[in-house]
Amino acid sequence: MSETKPLGRKIMSPRILPEVAPFWQAANEGKLLLKRCDDCREVHYYPRDICPHCLSINTSWFASSGEGRIYSFSTMAIKDAVYTLAYVTLDEGVSLLTNILDAEPKTLRIGQRVRAVFWPSEDGQSVTMFTPF
Amino acid sequence: MSLNGSAYIVGAYEHPTRKADDLSVVRLHGDVAKGALEDAGLSKEDIDGYFCAGDAPGLGATTMAEYLGLKLRHVDSTECGGSAPILHVAHAAEAIAAGRCNVALITLAGRPRAAGAALSLKSPDPDAPDVAFELPFGPTTANLYGMVAKRHMYEFGTTSEQLAWIKVAASHHAQHNPHAMLKNVVTVEDVVNSPMVSDPLHRLDCCVVSDGGGALIVARPEIARQLKRPLVKVRGTGEAPKHAMGGKVDLTYSAAIWSGPRAFTEAGVTPTDIKYASLYDSFTITVLMQLEDLGFCKKGTGGKFVQDGGLISGIGKLPFNTDGGGLCNNHPANRGGMTKVIEAVRQLRGEAHPAVQVQNCDLALANGIGGALASRHTAGTLIMERI
Repeated sequence: MSETKPLGRKIMSPRILPEVAPFWQAANEGKLLLKRCDDCREVHYYPRDICPHCLSINTSWFASSGEGRIYSFSTMAIKDAVYTLAYVTLDEGVSLLTNILDAEPKTLRIGQRVRAVFWPSEDGQSVTMFTPF
Repeated sequence: MSLNGSAYIVGAYEHPTRKADDLSVVRLHGDVAKGALEDAGLSKEDIDGYFCAGDAPGLGATTMAEYLGLKLRHVDSTECGGSAPILHVAHAAEAIAAGRCNVALITLAGRPRAAGAALSLKSPDPDAPDVAFELPFGPTTANLYGMVAKRHMYEFGTTSEQLAWIKVAASHHAQHNPHAMLKNVVTVEDVVNSPMVSDPLHRLDCCVVSDGGGALIVARPEIARQLKRPLVKVRGTGEAPKHAMGGKVDLTYSAAIWSGPRAFTEAGVTPTDIKYASLYDSFTITVLMQLEDLGFCKKGTGGKFVQDGGLISGIGKLPFNTDGGGLCNNHPANRGGMTKVIEAVRQLRGEAHPAVQVQNCDLALANGIGGALASRHTAGTLIMERI
């Protein structure tokens, strides 16, 4: 199996804390939400009620383009668990930890354009992964 | 308040075991506490401060005080993973300077190898806000550090062969340590041809999994001068966390860029003054990053610094981890900070193995990285001087 599909590996389900429930609801609808501060206007990730840049509690959800570039990645090569962990920097400027799917690991490179795809975790909650264009 | 000269490391002890099938975690902590007291020439009644991190069982300081029958007036359970003992030395110096204790005991111990629980970071706390956004993607220590190495290669042209030199240097030192888990000298080819664990890190880029532990005794200067051991002064300390910065992730540097300068400023010395360095070596890339961030070389030039034996005692510019480090000797409790300080103390006392002892070693540095390098960790820097 040369692809990095997370088949054969348990995708642990996220425990959904109240302040980020909209993020997970949107993921199930195939959308990636981010938080922006209404006061300092900075985008942050992972999402919080309180802006980590200025501590304002005025933060709002908005939909990400779901597109970005690979910042770095590493492919685990142990037994059946061949999968690629990556940081993807979204066009909105924040980087998130994720997996790269449907790509031969040897063809991946830093800076490569990727787009969000949604993959069910163990209990069915979708999580955001990325695949090359 | 400067901590320069406020306290001395008067006792140091490393547990000889590397696989503790028949020793409990608390017994290991007890063994190393006894060993450090004997090394210092002090007794249990002298201890009035105790420091431990999350590897101590039960209620940590309270459980250990009960097990060892300690009467304490100061406790500190600062927890930041593998760098914790380095912060504990600084905090012990602070407590001594503030009059909160006179003699501080610091212990670290664990048995992940015997227990078969290794390689993952601490079990995730479901209340930690990052966990839901990361755990589904399978982060392990190896692939998180692998991403740091990959980015370093991309930004600065660092090669796997250069990283391998760090392991080669550690193995040159470990051949002289009878307790080391891996005593065989390896070559660059051995490292880059070992199985890939998580791209671009090979098996020999990774530290060992071992049991054991170590302890330190930190004391007030007046007490240190009454003891028979060589004097090792706490001269400079620094600590700092680094995290994902609200999504502005930058894997090209560690928190040592903040902890290092604080320690050098307090000590009143520069990196070129350091004769020996104990650098956290969970992976080869960890060492490379600290060399750059502490100012031993410019950012991006770590590969050149370590290649061709740059870290081998007696050969290179900066002798490092002369006990074999985590890469070859041990990594008790999956935490390398304690053994980093212990080997630095040996070097300053002139008690390292003769084959690796640094000549006139009067100034040494120990640095730790606790957590995930570059993405979420706390760095601690300690500069020590032999008086």
